[in-house]
Amino acid sequence: MAEFSHLDELEAEAIYIIREVAAECEKPVMLYSIGKDSSVMLHLAMKAFYPEKPPFPFLHVNTTWKFREMIEFRDRTAEKLGIEMLEYINQDGVKQGINPFEHGSAYTDIMKTQALKQALDKYGFTAAFGGGRRDEEKSRAKERIFSFRNSAHAWNPKNQRPEMWKLYNTKINKGESIRVFPISNWTEKDIWQYIKRENIEIVPLYFAKERPVVERDGNIIMVDDDRFPLREGEVPQMKSVRFRTLGCYPLTGGLESTADTLDEIIEETLSSVSSERTSRVIDNEAAGSMERRKREGYF
Amino acid sequence: MKGLLKFITCGSVDDGKSTLIGHILYDAKLLYTDQEKSLELDSKVGSRNGQIDYSLLLDGLMAEREQGITIDVAYRYFTTDNRSFIVADTPGHEEYTRNMAVGASFADLAVILVDASQGVLVQTRRHARICKLMGIRYFVFAVNKMDLVEYSQQRFDEILAQVQELTDELVLENIKVIPLSATEGDNVTSKSEKIKWYNDVTLLEYLENVDINSAIHEKGFYMPVQRVSRPDRTFRGFQGQVESGSISVGDIVTALPSNEKAKVKGILVAGRETDSAFAGQPVTVSLDREVDVSRGCVLEKDTDIAVYKKLEASLLWMDDEELAEGRDYLIKLGTKLIPGVVSKINYAVNINTGEHIQAECLAKNGIANCEILLSEAIAAGRFSEYKTLGELILIDRVTNMTSACGVVEQLSEKSGEESGRASFVYGDIQARGDIFEEFYYDVESYNVFKYQPVKSTYTVGDKIPVKGRSYSYPEDFDIIVLRDSVAVSVRNGKVAEIVVLGSYHYTNYPVVNGRGFEILADTSEKFEKFLEEYEAAENTSRSEFFGKWLRFDTYRKVIVK
Repeated sequence: MAEFSHLDELEAEAIYIIREVAAECEKPVMLYSIGKDSSVMLHLAMKAFYPEKPPFPFLHVNTTWKFREMIEFRDRTAEKLGIEMLEYINQDGVKQGINPFEHGSAYTDIMKTQALKQALDKYGFTAAFGGGRRDEEKSRAKERIFSFRNSAHAWNPKNQRPEMWKLYNTKINKGESIRVFPISNWTEKDIWQYIKRENIEIVPLYFAKERPVVERDGNIIMVDDDRFPLREGEVPQMKSVRFRTLGCYPLTGGLESTADTLDEIIEETLSSVSSERTSRVIDNEAAGSMERRKREGYF
Repeated sequence: MKGLLKFITCGSVDDGKSTLIGHILYDAKLLYTDQEKSLELDSKVGSRNGQIDYSLLLDGLMAEREQGITIDVAYRYFTTDNRSFIVADTPGHEEYTRNMAVGASFADLAVILVDASQGVLVQTRRHARICKLMGIRYFVFAVNKMDLVEYSQQRFDEILAQVQELTDELVLENIKVIPLSATEGDNVTSKSEKIKWYNDVTLLEYLENVDINSAIHEKGFYMPVQRVSRPDRTFRGFQGQVESGSISVGDIVTALPSNEKAKVKGILVAGRETDSAFAGQPVTVSLDREVDVSRGCVLEKDTDIAVYKKLEASLLWMDDEELAEGRDYLIKLGTKLIPGVVSKINYAVNINTGEHIQAECLAKNGIANCEILLSEAIAAGRFSEYKTLGELILIDRVTNMTSACGVVEQLSEKSGEESGRASFVYGDIQARGDIFEEFYYDVESYNVFKYQPVKSTYTVGDKIPVKGRSYSYPEDFDIIVLRDSVAVSVRNGKVAEIVVLGSYHYTNYPVVNGRGFEILADTSEKFEKFLEEYEAAENTSRSEFFGKWLRFDTYRKVIVK
């Protein structure tokens, strides 16, 4: 009998979960954020149903501040795989000129959390897959794989449905929904090793390259387009950088690196002394901030 | 490198579960500096004695930090040079027993902490009982806080005897007892200098090396069907996870409940074509002929799995609303979701002592042995023999809450042979027909059920019982068995003709489906339309289709039994 590695076990668990949702939930959607975790989740969905295409659409909630390379990658991937990719932008937010420079945490709420809620309501999705992992953050470590949300999309951490074996309860009433995290039990290392094993294409931003950056408040921020308001004296420098996580470019800190192969990235990640969320400007807040946002409907 | 080990830590309140795991992570340098820094910061603010409070690594919810207790399961991930681990840290308080059970159902091994100064407590017994109930086969009793009893071997031996008594009572397998101190780090990741009389492995060494697959030996191959994949007319695959044994192209498998056999034509493992697949793998299986298989069915080979309507199960109640005899729930077993009734509580079990108690209801965190009557026969197994087909949950039909989980202890009312037998046979043509089933209202459970006292096979020329207790068909009518694509004509109460559906012509006689429901078509055009819509409704809008075209009470009624 062939060896069944821990990656095989994680893969089997994720595929089982994805199929359960496709079979039991009325109108599922898979959130696609273009990052490495999303790329892995998409790959798992393709494998779960092959030769059939995944029987649900994919949704990208676009804040309009994503790296340009991410959007190109998204469109290319959707076309290559022949999957339905929906995009949702909170147009109210765009009209109000909400941006990450002036509006801080309100920006995240309006362009991400509110936008996500609007998108789910608009299409009437009853279940949404997300690429969240329990090793990312403490409140995520406590969340079920099938995470129940009320009609206001809120999470109640004190009364989570018991989740026994792999008997997932997908029953909901009208207006309620479920967030499903098929890669809950994967670590950052597992993600990278799986990307390598399966030869999964990821956004080139993960690989080191000379990019125009400025250093701001201890973070290395890439100047991806001319909407970036340079402060007095700030001049973008070309530096070899890569990104450990991807989000909105003004809020994503890069790291100086020359790692431009998967092996080098894995090597660097494994010996890293910081957890991946330190590169997200939004997460460096008080303990419990993630739980608070999740209660309000954040993924 | 060994495969993934999923384990749970449990024990009574303040036994130091979270501290133990925190220590392993800290010791093994498995924390990132920012996590370590926030741990040191958090410890200064809220710790119980000013030192580093490892439990803060795990108690992630605000309410938990405020109250200083663990409420819900926390999952932690770490890898050593020898193995990858997922640990579920679970709450000790009795009111959060259900959350503890969540962790136990996920794990292959349990680390049960015992406070050396206290010995085996009521909570220890409760946790061991739940771990056993949820199917854990490996147990480590970590005798913690040895520093508080001066690392006394005599004290350890006393506790060893208590553990032995408990494992005998619960019939626990694969036991390891290790003396340690989570706060001091003795025998956690490195051998203790202070416990010289203990010459065995440390906790981490044991976890790195234990082989959790050696205790699993289920018979044959089985796979509950999660989903039928039908991307086009050329491909029909059954998706699911192999739960035991292995399967190869060319093997003959049996589909349950229909009991039809077919040969495996192709296997995809996680999307890749292969010749065979084994336990744990996600597969898509295609067969060499059309069989009656949908979600909730089971494909099996060389097992004793059969089809049952009545289960005896040990239930752990998890809902605020109590269980009362006779209430109906949705039951999920394997991939099957069906209505069922908890028809009887045989006895409740004292969760701490194991004593059997007479009971009529069951409250949250209670355990009871119950009888469950399912609305139809499904493939099921005893938990001890076919784990996955012996696990179930009960879902409240109003609130949708997962009200209970349970494991199947016994099975009865086997109906495996019956359902496979055709009702109508003529040459090669076979059709199932359940038009002679009796529908009845069960006064004990307040539910409608159906049964078929005698199952016979009829062929052309046979007289059929057109009248039963709950049905009355005309002397002349046609039966359209859609799932087998066969039509049966009855004239003067006798089978006049059995033909494939393609050769059947509607002739103005009343038509019923395979269950005896009237088909609302009174012209050839309407009948053609009915068939067309049936094809189109495949897999998706069945209930809408049936609602539009079928009528129950033309020839049938429900009787009181």
